[in-house]
Amino acid sequence: MELYYLTAHELSDLLNRKEISSEEATAAIIDRIEAVDGRVQAYLTRTAEQALEEARAVDAARARGAALGPLAGVPMALKDNLCTEGVRTTCSSRMLADWVPPYDATVVRRLKEAGAVMLGKLNMDEFAMGSSTENSRFYPTRNPWDLERVPGGSSGGAVAAVAAGEAYYSLGSDTGGSIRQPASFCGVVGMKPTYGRVSRYGLVAFASSLDQIGPITRDVTDCALVLEAIAGHDPRDSTSADLPVPDYRSSLKPEVKGLKIGVPREYFGAGMEPEVAAIVRRAIAKLEELGAVCEETSLPHTEYALPAYYLVAPAEASSNLARYDGVSYGLRVPGKDIIEMYMNTRSEGFGPEVKRRIMLGTYALSSGYYDAYYLKALKVRTLIRRDFEAAFEKYDLLATPTSPTVAFRLGEKAGDPLAMYLSDLCTIPVNMAGLPALSLPCGFSQGLPVGLQLIGRPFAEATLLQAAYAFEQSTEYHRRRPELGVA
Amino acid sequence: MEYEAVIGLEVHTELKTASKAFCSCSTAFGGEPNTHVCPVCLGLPGVLPVINRQVVEFGLKTALALNCRVAPFCKFDRKNYYYPDLPKNYQISQYDLPLATGGYLKINVDGQERVIGITRVHMEEDAGKLVHVDGPGGGYSLVDYNRTGVPLLEIVSEPDLRSPAEARAYMEKLKAILQYLDVSDCKMEEGSLRCDANVSVRPRGSQTFGTKTEVKNMNSFRALQRALEYEIERQIAILEGGGRVEQATMAWDESRGVTTVMRTKEQAHDYRYFPEPDLVPLEIDAAWIERVRRELPELPDARCRRLMDTFGLPAYDAGVITSSRDLADYFDRVVALYPDAKVVSNWIMGDFLRLLNARNLEPGQAPVPPGELADLLKLQKEGTISGKIAKQVLEEMFASGKGARQIVQEKGLVQISDTAALGKIVDEVLAANPNVVEDYRNGKEKALGFLVGQVMKATRGKANPGLVNQLLKERL
Repeated sequence: MELYYLTAHELSDLLNRKEISSEEATAAIIDRIEAVDGRVQAYLTRTAEQALEEARAVDAARARGAALGPLAGVPMALKDNLCTEGVRTTCSSRMLADWVPPYDATVVRRLKEAGAVMLGKLNMDEFAMGSSTENSRFYPTRNPWDLERVPGGSSGGAVAAVAAGEAYYSLGSDTGGSIRQPASFCGVVGMKPTYGRVSRYGLVAFASSLDQIGPITRDVTDCALVLEAIAGHDPRDSTSADLPVPDYRSSLKPEVKGLKIGVPREYFGAGMEPEVAAIVRRAIAKLEELGAVCEETSLPHTEYALPAYYLVAPAEASSNLARYDGVSYGLRVPGKDIIEMYMNTRSEGFGPEVKRRIMLGTYALSSGYYDAYYLKALKVRTLIRRDFEAAFEKYDLLATPTSPTVAFRLGEKAGDPLAMYLSDLCTIPVNMAGLPALSLPCGFSQGLPVGLQLIGRPFAEATLLQAAYAFEQSTEYHRRRPELGVA
Repeated sequence: MEYEAVIGLEVHTELKTASKAFCSCSTAFGGEPNTHVCPVCLGLPGVLPVINRQVVEFGLKTALALNCRVAPFCKFDRKNYYYPDLPKNYQISQYDLPLATGGYLKINVDGQERVIGITRVHMEEDAGKLVHVDGPGGGYSLVDYNRTGVPLLEIVSEPDLRSPAEARAYMEKLKAILQYLDVSDCKMEEGSLRCDANVSVRPRGSQTFGTKTEVKNMNSFRALQRALEYEIERQIAILEGGGRVEQATMAWDESRGVTTVMRTKEQAHDYRYFPEPDLVPLEIDAAWIERVRRELPELPDARCRRLMDTFGLPAYDAGVITSSRDLADYFDRVVALYPDAKVVSNWIMGDFLRLLNARNLEPGQAPVPPGELADLLKLQKEGTISGKIAKQVLEEMFASGKGARQIVQEKGLVQISDTAALGKIVDEVLAANPNVVEDYRNGKEKALGFLVGQVMKATRGKANPGLVNQLLKERL
């Protein structure tokens, strides 16, 4: 397999055996980006020179015999809502098109400490609001499996880059499915860790009670390695859990014998493409074949998750995005007074989907509507959490489709926000309950990847990884790569 | 008709923690603009707040000193509004589950004690400061974010106050308590103690509330009292004229001495409060509360009683002296050296406070150390100087910072108690004023005072007044 299509741990082995240098691997990836990103359009900002410098530094450390972790010298890239000191962080918005953070997000700092080589920043739906990356204010990213299709979103660039060989892994953020849905569309592994497992410090907030940073990788082993590098308590994030970080790699045993897996019927309902449902059911059968005990179950409040999410998330977003006012950083469009300056700046700075959600959220929090909308949504959220709690009394894991469909065509849903929102039907309840979940490739429909979602108990990422690893080791889907031949 | 005012106060006090409420920036007042800032208090994209434990600790101290119930579980909320001094365009505050509720403090106005309810005490963050620069086209504004994120306590009273004097007494008592607790500097002019008032009026005896207005922008105790007096009169005039008071937010205009409408009810903000998702709820266990309770210092009321019990001071004296922790400390130090407490209290309440106020100084900033005041009192008691001279010497001590004995020596202010020397001056005065002597002998008692004055004048105040009286009477 081509160098750029290896997994991170495969590359790491080559680096450790000194069969290749990090500088060579980085240069190869930079070439690959040059070759394909004109078509994929995953990157917003490239930091090639900086990456080569970081690679040489890791090579020098390795030559000195320094003890290096598995990610040292492995080139990666970041969704553009993760703050990087000295490198612009745009959130794919005009509002922050030229904004250069003066600090690193905690996950970025941790990866730098692990010797990561950063290739650049990746496209996304503006402020992580969307499911196709078409809401980027710069350009849409394309699905490496079919350039006429979307990569999913909002972490579309982060997923497409990994799928297209433009980075060994990336970090995305997931508020309602923004890592898992695109991972499913592009045939890679994407995990949303438990809320609180990974520090959010330096992640530009969309909906604070739902946002979580997670790894996007080519296989489950890489997922474990990256999660281990970024997870853990951060005194800068009060919502990060003060719990030890397990050695996730050691949980990678290809065993699911006796594991109890619930299959909630609500996740196979209307709107599901029959072939996607069939592929996911076959994957579940595969787990059963491997020794897991699978049975159908019910999460009765599932249908209310989406409407409740579209109150909670926009409400928090309306407040989180209030700071983009043109006063001290980011875009400023002048006006005759401060009110007009606010209006001009926000009118030009934000795209239509962001405005829609700010308006929805502002309305939901307004005096006289708060109880009927926001408070009600919080109650629904509690019911959804209880559904999961009840299920996890019986099951170790839940298995569902990641998304009801395979990747759709560019423009297909762009004019219909509700249709777009339904793409996250299976992922949203997980964020509402704060649970860990991952999507892994489990088959192909019409030549496009399909994802299996596994959902776990709070902080049971190791169980997720183990089951995913067992499935992966008995299948070949994770070895498939998109063709993306020379255009 | 006779009206009564109903007043409730919302007080904001900046806590004197070393660092800000949600980041580690300094809270020091008066730094170069935008030097005490970091990504967190600037509200840059991606940052998160982390509560400063000291803020909670100071909040607890205050809540307990105000006899409040501390909530075992409280949370932070976001108060959303746009203003350029607020970088996130929301303020982290507490809404429906505050730190503490249901307390009270006692005030004393015209010898009458009243208990004023405290509705709630909650924690929040301060905003920055706008600096307007005039120029063509209306000029421009600059923002200083140094104050952004400095911790505040908001202390809300029940509508239990019935007059501007009571409102002022409440503020003074609250300030004293906060200073005793050492949780705030309470400098109104620097904005570390701020106060808004909710005011309504109603016919005396009525049990229902009238329509209230909220009065803002009162930057001193005097301004508070004047603004309330004005606003109450304004509301009464409206009612007397058959009108209705409109609910509104009013701004006190100190220079014009009037309140003007800032916002009507229709223009009121909808703050869209909701729970702050970036902070976890606070659980305050009983052990923490009990430790803070045990460590509370002696508070003004207790200290006032102690001064009355220990030194037999009148309630009024004890109240004035304990109105400030520094003043009470000062008193204690002087009394330790000069044990006549009533004399000490007279001097402190009189000339000492007058001279402090004239210089706009707080008791803690007095240029005369307690030992020097005690020396001065000793000089007077020994008869070295007269009471009148002592007042002059104290003034000189304030002005020059020199000690009492040094001033008395340098200026030759030692009292003349030498009968022979003084007798000579008395004779001269009597000889120079035959008409007055005649008046006195004809029964005009007042004439004696004039003659004493003349002797004092001739000795530039240094004559021993008792001896002068005695010598005059002997000769007359």
